[in-house]
Amino acid sequence: MVCPLNGPRPVLEFAYGGEVRTMPDPASCSDAQWSDYVFNRSGSPAAKFEWWCHIASGFWFVALRDTLNDKVIATYPAQAARERLEPPESLP
Amino acid sequence: MHRLQELPGEWIDRSVALKFHFEGREYSGFAGDTISSALAATGLPYLGRSFKYHRPRSIFSFADHDSNLMFQVDGVPNVRGDVTPLREGMQVTAINTFGGLYNDKARILDRFSAFLPVGFYYKAFHSKRLFPRWERMFRRLTGLGTVTLSSPRALTPKRYGFCDVLVIGAGPSGICAAHEAVQAGARVVLVDEGLRAGGSLTAVDGEERRSMSALLQALVRSPRCDVRTATVASGYYADHWVALTDAQRMTKMRAKAVVFATGVIEQPAVFRNNDLPGVMMASGARRLVARYRVAPGRKIILLTGNVEGYEAAVELHAHGVPVAAIVDLRADSGDELAVQACTKLGVQIVKAHVPVQAIRGFDARVQALDIAPLQASGGVNRDATRRLDCDAVLMSVGWAAATQLLTQAGATTAFSPLLQQFLPDELPAGIFAAGRLNGVFDFNSRCADGRRAGGAAAAYCGYGESRLAPVARSTRVPSHPFAIVDHDSAKNFVDFDEDLQVKDLQHAVQEGFDSSELMKRYSTVGMGPSQGKHSAMNALRVLSRERGMSIGQLGLTTARPLYHPVPLKILAGRSFSVERRTPVDAQHAALGAVWMPAGNWRRPEYYAVGGATRLQSIAAEVSTVRHRVGLIDVGTLGKIEIYGPQAGEFLDRVYAGSFSTMRIGMTRYGLMLDEAGVIIDDGVVARLSSEMYYFTTTTGGSATVFRELLRLNALWGLDCQLVNVTGHRAAFNFAGPACRAILQTLTDIDLSEAAFPFLANRVGQIGGVESRFLRVGFVGELGYEIHVPAGGAVAVWNALYAAGVAHGLRVFGVEAQRLLRLEKGHLIVGQDTDGLTDPFEANAQWAVNMGKPFFVGQRSLRILQRRGPRQMLVGLEFADSARMAKESHLLIEQGDIAGRITSIARSAVLNKVIALALVTPQRAAASSDVQVRIEGGEMLTARIVPTPFYDPKNQRQRVEGA
Repeated sequence: MVCPLNGPRPVLEFAYGGEVRTMPDPASCSDAQWSDYVFNRSGSPAAKFEWWCHIASGFWFVALRDTLNDKVIATYPAQAARERLEPPESLP
Repeated sequence: MHRLQELPGEWIDRSVALKFHFEGREYSGFAGDTISSALAATGLPYLGRSFKYHRPRSIFSFADHDSNLMFQVDGVPNVRGDVTPLREGMQVTAINTFGGLYNDKARILDRFSAFLPVGFYYKAFHSKRLFPRWERMFRRLTGLGTVTLSSPRALTPKRYGFCDVLVIGAGPSGICAAHEAVQAGARVVLVDEGLRAGGSLTAVDGEERRSMSALLQALVRSPRCDVRTATVASGYYADHWVALTDAQRMTKMRAKAVVFATGVIEQPAVFRNNDLPGVMMASGARRLVARYRVAPGRKIILLTGNVEGYEAAVELHAHGVPVAAIVDLRADSGDELAVQACTKLGVQIVKAHVPVQAIRGFDARVQALDIAPLQASGGVNRDATRRLDCDAVLMSVGWAAATQLLTQAGATTAFSPLLQQFLPDELPAGIFAAGRLNGVFDFNSRCADGRRAGGAAAAYCGYGESRLAPVARSTRVPSHPFAIVDHDSAKNFVDFDEDLQVKDLQHAVQEGFDSSELMKRYSTVGMGPSQGKHSAMNALRVLSRERGMSIGQLGLTTARPLYHPVPLKILAGRSFSVERRTPVDAQHAALGAVWMPAGNWRRPEYYAVGGATRLQSIAAEVSTVRHRVGLIDVGTLGKIEIYGPQAGEFLDRVYAGSFSTMRIGMTRYGLMLDEAGVIIDDGVVARLSSEMYYFTTTTGGSATVFRELLRLNALWGLDCQLVNVTGHRAAFNFAGPACRAILQTLTDIDLSEAAFPFLANRVGQIGGVESRFLRVGFVGELGYEIHVPAGGAVAVWNALYAAGVAHGLRVFGVEAQRLLRLEKGHLIVGQDTDGLTDPFEANAQWAVNMGKPFFVGQRSLRILQRRGPRQMLVGLEFADSARMAKESHLLIEQGDIAGRITSIARSAVLNKVIALALVTPQRAAASSDVQVRIEGGEMLTARIVPTPFYDPKNQRQRVEGA
């Protein structure tokens, strides 16, 4: 896998951190929406944005990976995905 | 079978005779023999028994997967006779017999085989009541070697290896690939499972072998090449990580590129009684003759379907083993030169005939072969069957590509109807295939293909250029498309490991298990020790016929690691995982520490002093902390520093409590939740300056918690940075009524209650080392956690110990600490909480500030707060102290489970058995009695009481005076 910070490294040096998902606004969302966010994941194979960490350097980034064939399509620094991942405005 | 005259190049040393015992009788072999070759030379009629029907078996493939010739050797089970070198004094017995090989009482099973079809077990033995009886019977009947439980523990080593190009298989193509890669400048490891490199060439003589020997010698001398024989590449894992197994160890070999030159494995013809001793693979016979000089027989019939059969006959003749007749399954051999060569040697050649059955002689060995002519229509004219006398039948009808490892590496394969073989199709980056595996069969082409692959692999690693063109695949058909002959009386074996006949596979298809994978699971074809290496292709051919589908459509079953059986001692040997030790590990050892694992650390469970028992030692440690002073190493806690203007904000978001408002110089308990509001970690957070905090995590959670915090920091992008200082700092808890007075003599910090109150933190000198002091009370006494740079840890530990000993100090271990904290009712995350416990249920709402704008888990807590608890963590006191419940014993109410004990201990200071338990909310009211079921079904009564059990007003942690 190509780490945006360290370049290509053996995949065993990386840890998976789950799919990149947008948190609903805790202040305005319903209990059902919140529970769906906390507990439900889509297992259907697709090209997904995922959190990956280069363990040795502790560097987190986002990888676009096709979960059907386990091929990493592209990797991005975490900042690239933050636009969509920004915590809701109700936060200080 | 008998030993032949000496031949130059043989592998045995006739000047060294080795005596050994087989089945209680003494025999003699030569140095260089394997167990199987030495036994074959004795002339014994057969050497082993089959797994299911206990049929006599002998040498069959002689290629490291002769699964019917595994032996019990000096107490070690399942030793492979075909590759294990003979040693002086070996005690060898056959495995899986009742009463010895030649008087096996279970041989009667062969007569009953008609009543034991595949799937028989599933259908006959599912009665729950009787199953234990059947299970015992079948476990006794079907098994391989006997495990000796008294064997000494062998801690086999493991090793890491690195190379540019790993070449698997040291036949002609592998040797050429390795040579080409070394020439290009790459560091190369060449491995082969055989005892010597050379692959198929080890069984022939001539120019080809000499040229390969020269290349091999060059490789052995090259500093860039490591040639390892008797080493199996037993599994391929991500990123070219290959497990190499030899007799001593497993090596984790990380390669930048891998060349697979794993070759092909000879396949048997399938006909009635094709398992009789004396029927064997032609390639196995060639190895047996050329290496060990053992002749398979005196009157040999060679059954063939390819040109290699004729070549084998010529080669055997040159080595002093004439072949009487060749029976060719084909009408047209396709290679008249080879046929003429055999005719010239006086070999009788019978074309267009199939083997109908082998005939069993009085010694259980083959004594004749019945053959019948093929008709033009393709059918067999059984009326014209004739009998050829013989004492050995060699089979040369085809090969299966050893694609197992290659497919583990992610390559796809496609079946070539022309070559009757699976060939590599798409290869992932850095993976190369060469030689017969790649469908290249003649010698010069294999060498060229090896050079091509080796050069390409080196170029992939950055050495030279990949310049050699692909080599054309063979146009000669090396494998017969269907060397399988039906017989009404069956015993035409497809799988010799599991005694599976053609009809067993047909039954599987009839029962609906009609894909490769389903047929394998139902019939167990390919599930024995040889893992289908000589059965998978023929099983696929039978399936293909039954289904009317092509082999390419059906496909091979998935070949998972391990490629080859690996002894458990190799797998269970020294671990690759690291055991962490704190800087004062040697001090613990000197004080008598008894170790326990904690996360990936080793920690003292307690200190064994003066012959005291475990419980006495723990009780003494606890008592010393309560009454005098104790010292414990808590350096295994995760330790994290966070810097930046938004450090407090970050901690407010990741912990349930508030930290941005905490005063500098104070510490506070932190409870970490996941998004579902479940407690996942805890620790203490100390504010050292306005923009710098120092905090701890649990021992077990430190790595994952730190990683998750880094992720949250990357997600939120707050202006702060985290540093994991777990290994950089040691930490000791110095606790007990006398600790303050002792510590004051060692440090410049004013320890008075006014200057350094409970829950404060200070930075100061101790023993000349600048350290962080946190005044916290996990064990419930006046105490200081002292966090010291790792380099100063030994000095500080020794200073504390020396100063304390005069006041009766004892070091204490994890068990004493667990009891001390239990008396205080402090929970341990993961022990007193489970995967659902929220802070309200754990009585930890005091550590939660729901008024904050946001923290991880807060939104879920709002829902949980409304819903109420599912369970409550409560304290229990037991009236009876004679018998004790244990952790995870259940609370029972009217026959239903009402909770479970999470921590329990006998408290000396309270003179009671106390426990924490998770109970249903209905049962959580204080002062009510509950019933606990202990071992043997006995019920104990316990009373729910408020916690802490000990010093509920925390007076002992706020002691005035110095």
